[in-house]
Amino acid sequence: MIRKIAKLSLRSIFSHKRRSFLTMLGIIIGVMAVVILVSITQSATTGITDSISSMGSQQITATVTGEDVPLSRESVESLAGTGAIEDVAPVLSESQTARHKEESGSFTVAGVTPSYFTVQDIAVQSGRLIVSSDLDFATSVAVLGTEAAYQLFGTWDAVGGTVTLGDRNYKVVGVLEEQGSSLAGSDDSKILIPYTTAQRATGQKNVTTFYAKATSEASVSLAVNTIDAYLLQATRDEDAYTVSNQADLLDTMDEVDNTLSLLLGGIAAISLLVGGIGIMNIMLVAVSERTREIGIRKAVGAKRRHILAQFLCEACILSLLGGLLGLAASAAVVAGYGLFSGSAASLDWTTALAAVLFCAVIGVAFGGYPAAKASRLQPIEALHTL
Amino acid sequence: MIRLKHIYKSYPLGDVTVDVLKDVNLHVRPQEFVSILGPSGSGKSTLMNIIGCLDVADSGEYLLDGECVDDCTEDQLSEIRGKKIGFIFQQFNLLPELTAYENVEMPLLYHKLTAAQRKERVERTLSQVGLSDRMDHRPSQLSGGQQQRVAIARVLAMEPSIILADEPTGNLDSHSGREIMDILGRLWQAGNTIVLITHDTQVANEAQRKVYVHDGILSTKEMAS
Repeated sequence: MIRKIAKLSLRSIFSHKRRSFLTMLGIIIGVMAVVILVSITQSATTGITDSISSMGSQQITATVTGEDVPLSRESVESLAGTGAIEDVAPVLSESQTARHKEESGSFTVAGVTPSYFTVQDIAVQSGRLIVSSDLDFATSVAVLGTEAAYQLFGTWDAVGGTVTLGDRNYKVVGVLEEQGSSLAGSDDSKILIPYTTAQRATGQKNVTTFYAKATSEASVSLAVNTIDAYLLQATRDEDAYTVSNQADLLDTMDEVDNTLSLLLGGIAAISLLVGGIGIMNIMLVAVSERTREIGIRKAVGAKRRHILAQFLCEACILSLLGGLLGLAASAAVVAGYGLFSGSAASLDWTTALAAVLFCAVIGVAFGGYPAAKASRLQPIEALHTL
Repeated sequence: MIRLKHIYKSYPLGDVTVDVLKDVNLHVRPQEFVSILGPSGSGKSTLMNIIGCLDVADSGEYLLDGECVDDCTEDQLSEIRGKKIGFIFQQFNLLPELTAYENVEMPLLYHKLTAAQRKERVERTLSQVGLSDRMDHRPSQLSGGQQQRVAIARVLAMEPSIILADEPTGNLDSHSGREIMDILGRLWQAGNTIVLITHDTQVANEAQRKVYVHDGILSTKEMAS
């Protein structure tokens, strides 16, 4: 019986191909909107969270926002080796114009200690890092990020060249490995100079920012607590500093990701509802067109539920077929997007399944009213319509 | 078989109520062939709707096979129609998207029959009306007479107690009409109960017994008009 009804529904859907397709179009577009948007946001955010966690969640960033907090480099560095802190790297950053011959550009110039490279986990691709003797003698040397080297020298091969920062010349002793962009900011467009040299150039004595690395991922919170206690003692004001780590950032990202998916999914679901209204509309037309058929069927013994089942089944098949077509189209679009953008975008199967199930629900919900209307037709009246 | 007692039926028509059937009494015995004759507007269609359980009377009693059908729900009426009554309509009333075979099979789908039982019935009845070679044709590919024969096969497949034919030859040329009347005659001889509704005296004469409807009143004699 069910098979017969389904066959009948398919036949009436296929006997009005264009109309059925246009009706399904609403559902197709709705499903595509849901599946494509959710799939692409998910793969995009997965990419971002992957790059965050690849930087290691052992990193901690501390920033002193209060003014004139007497925090010396030595005091900060003494934290290394205590309370689960492996290493500490104070940083003195300033935005400055750098020149080399005719080329110039604005870069973040960061005064760093050798610890910076272990804490940030970066290395040079050519030349050398900043070492402790550079700090001892406040030498005028610079290590360039790849982007800075490329902008000033037109090549990554800048070791041995000279850059001018303010009125002083610096010898380029190394170029960093390329890091690529990431949410936490990369060193690609930075110029690193010895911490003591930066102190002299800026006249800044106090440490305002430092990075720290916990001994292991498990001990991050312990390390955060140590730094927190240290800074509270130094500033005597818990609003005068912030301590954060990558795990916090990841949590925030996850939250943003979920909110975004929910929002997009919700908007797309509205378009599915609109598609459902299209189905209801067409089913109502079909009921009035097929009044005579309903009359004939009732005259030969069809009961209400038979007519109800027939029209409900037709609405469901219409909506499910639209859902499946939409899913196929989404799969193609997502695959195309993956190829085009080079990202590993893939269909989010949970969403896909949910969207198709939702289509079935829409079929029942929006097909229900027309089907009920059909089932209530009186056979004599239905038979007398031509 | 059919027993109508004091049947009244009226319809609202604008502000006034029109009494379509007035105190109709009719008794059709098993294996009888009765024709109900009357001009259009006489109430014979309403009578046929009531006999066919498509409509119920305002008052009076209708016993079909000894069962009272006056207080039946819509679905119960559907069931009675499906089991006991076979309609042959003036407009054939076949479903245009279905083939002859599927049209005959359609009512059987509302009953508990196996696919094999359905196939056997459909093929047997279509061959009974001489359309074994037209099973896959749609109504639009068949002549009027052939379409009416498909409709008859549809009735026979249901094995009803009563065959109710409403102007079965009304849309047919005289040759096809003759064929249909011959088939009905044979069916009666084979033991079926037939009620024929028509305005055509010649067609009505084929029946064993005639009754006349005029202005909603049933009589066994023709009224002078």
